[in-house]
Amino acid sequence: MTNELLGIALIYGLAVLSAYPLGKLIAAVYAGRPNVMDWMAPLERLLYRIGGIDPHRRMNWKEHLTALLTLSGVWFVYGFILLQTQGSLPLNPDGNPSQTPDLAFNTVISFIVNCDLQHYSGESGLTYLTQTAVVMFFQFVSAAAGMAALAVLFNALQTQATDRPNNFYVYFVRSITRILLPLSLVLALILAFNGVPASFEGKDTVVTLEGDTVQVSRGPAAGMIAIKQLGTNGGGWFGVNSAHPLENPNFATNVAENVSILLIPMALVFALGFYLNRKKLALSIFLVMTVGFFAVLTPSLTAELKGNPAIASLGIGQPLGSMEGKEIRFGAAASAFWGISTTATSNGSVNAMHDSMTPLSGAMQLLDMMINAFYGGVGVGLLNYFIYLIIAVFISGLMVGRTPEFLGRKIEAREMKIASLVALLHPLLILAGTALASHLRVNAPQADWTVRPAGWLSNPGFHGFSQMLYEFTSSAANNGSGFEGLSDSNFFWNYTTGLVLILSRYLPIVGPIAIAGLLAGKKYVPESAGTLPTDNATFGLMTFAVIFILAALSFFPALALGPLAEYFSLP
Amino acid sequence: MKTHIGPALRLTLALLLLLSAVYPLLVGGIARLAPGGGNGRTVSILGKTVGYADVGQSFTQDRYFNSRPSAVGYNPAGSGGSNKGPSNPDYRKEVQARIDTFLNHNPGVHQAEIPAELVTASGSGLDPDLSPAAARIQISRIARVRNLPPDLLNRLVDECTEGPWLGLFGPEKVNVLRLNLALDQLK
Repeated sequence: MTNELLGIALIYGLAVLSAYPLGKLIAAVYAGRPNVMDWMAPLERLLYRIGGIDPHRRMNWKEHLTALLTLSGVWFVYGFILLQTQGSLPLNPDGNPSQTPDLAFNTVISFIVNCDLQHYSGESGLTYLTQTAVVMFFQFVSAAAGMAALAVLFNALQTQATDRPNNFYVYFVRSITRILLPLSLVLALILAFNGVPASFEGKDTVVTLEGDTVQVSRGPAAGMIAIKQLGTNGGGWFGVNSAHPLENPNFATNVAENVSILLIPMALVFALGFYLNRKKLALSIFLVMTVGFFAVLTPSLTAELKGNPAIASLGIGQPLGSMEGKEIRFGAAASAFWGISTTATSNGSVNAMHDSMTPLSGAMQLLDMMINAFYGGVGVGLLNYFIYLIIAVFISGLMVGRTPEFLGRKIEAREMKIASLVALLHPLLILAGTALASHLRVNAPQADWTVRPAGWLSNPGFHGFSQMLYEFTSSAANNGSGFEGLSDSNFFWNYTTGLVLILSRYLPIVGPIAIAGLLAGKKYVPESAGTLPTDNATFGLMTFAVIFILAALSFFPALALGPLAEYFSLP
Repeated sequence: MKTHIGPALRLTLALLLLLSAVYPLLVGGIARLAPGGGNGRTVSILGKTVGYADVGQSFTQDRYFNSRPSAVGYNPAGSGGSNKGPSNPDYRKEVQARIDTFLNHNPGVHQAEIPAELVTASGSGLDPDLSPAAARIQISRIARVRNLPPDLLNRLVDECTEGPWLGLFGPEKVNVLRLNLALDQLK
């Protein structure tokens, strides 16, 4: 037990220690200050030249968004075609079939929006071509797009005009060449040297010691696993993601992968401080996120180490905790820690099956995704937090009777309307989606579909409801993990979650960037004694309260029907 | 929008080349120097491959240390967990059935001594390891079937037990394939 707890302390410690210098580097990269990655400049110039891009052109917030949406549109068409024809394209040593239109729609959307829901299993649902040229490609570019969107926000929050780069393509390209690609290369090699496959060889046939003939799935997995973790994508090479022994072979790789999940989301918070030269603000944001992270981690960790009461009632011991759906080499503590890391950061990769974890873990993972801003996804986590911040500024301004201001600019009705709409979109998509699914499951169980609603769930009762709630929460949070017992690769789930994915990715990017654009256009009011400080403990507490109240009020009834009811029903 | 389509298309093509061709080929190329040459590490006995070091195998015979239950029957063409929820009544019955089977094959073992990991399915369905406790509880059965002294088997489990990473971090484990290969080498 002590060694297991030391293991997760190491992961958290390494993540924070590496995130601080990385944040400094990221700030320098976006601000155009000299940095250690300047040797990438020739490659970047080549990319701009091929793209016909003028890196010095300055963009306003609407142009930034147009660039982002145009790129996404191109990626959608490209991916949608490849996934539906992959069966007859090269690099398919295992002879896997093409995807159906509804599955291809869901897959391509979920990778473009950085979610990676994966309604297929990698071993049979994709080919080596689509794994590398569609899925892994989208993992790089969707992460870079999210980071670039955050860089747009950084730039808009400056108190005076500067000549720092203000071009979406520059943010986007530099995120890849200076941050994502070099880090991925390092992680991929760590994984490869620990036994993760990296070659293009197809399945291998082996006769086991007991005489069974089995086929072992392989492929160039190491490179994809690296970017899946670093870019908070989460979509794995193999069906069971990082629980698979070839995707995450030992505790050392588990440490490396879990640190990578947290690394860039944490670093971006520090980057905000370095970019705007407001380290105190960054620190206060980091502390609020950290308190939130540990507040959801503690119940999950305790419950997993204690074990499943239903198993205890069978009269056997659970010295290692709840082990259904978990791997011996990670143990209960590192599995619970990963579960919280992956849902807090919108990553969605798993090293244990969330569907089989104890009810409190399910509740905390859901809560993490409902809040979606404790570190959060690369780029978008801080954008989500920015929305909470605007709301907190406004409410505390009203409470103490001061004009609500953030970084020297007035928050007015228009900004508040956008912030409220973005904040309300999340519960709307999750709760309406779950309500629709529950309605169909109860009132049309025998609807004439390939998979009838009656056959959706692998578990009865409260847990069955949690399976549907989790799927919509994961989609709306662009997370991508799942209660995988849900039969989700069919018409209903592919299209409904696909639509949720689009709305929940782009509106929460458009909203904060619009707010920042509007704020940047306002007159700068220097901070004075009359300004409500936004970087002290009081305001941090206020933001925490806003986050907690918004999440608790909107989601508590749904959590009560699912995981909490299950918790109280266990012996 | 129009001014962005050209750059979006051309940039996408250039990045495809960099990220989906150069990058994986570079990783794959360097990985040739890794153990297993980037194809996954295999275990061979007398030149014959008997499995992948990291991928669990099905061991159900009484003469071997049995591996954990698997939702996919240790078929490494795919992978999968049971995805049974903690409160599922069918799941409870399934675990009870595994306990009964284990007690049948291991007379003398008390129910309370069975560690839960031996009767619960792993996440991947390919878990290559057992906890040391889950290996030890099978010693008396194997000693009887193979007619070996339990002390010898205890030492074997000790030798095959890998401690926490760097002596400090994470759980202890025993690789079942390695343990059973060592078992076959005895006598």
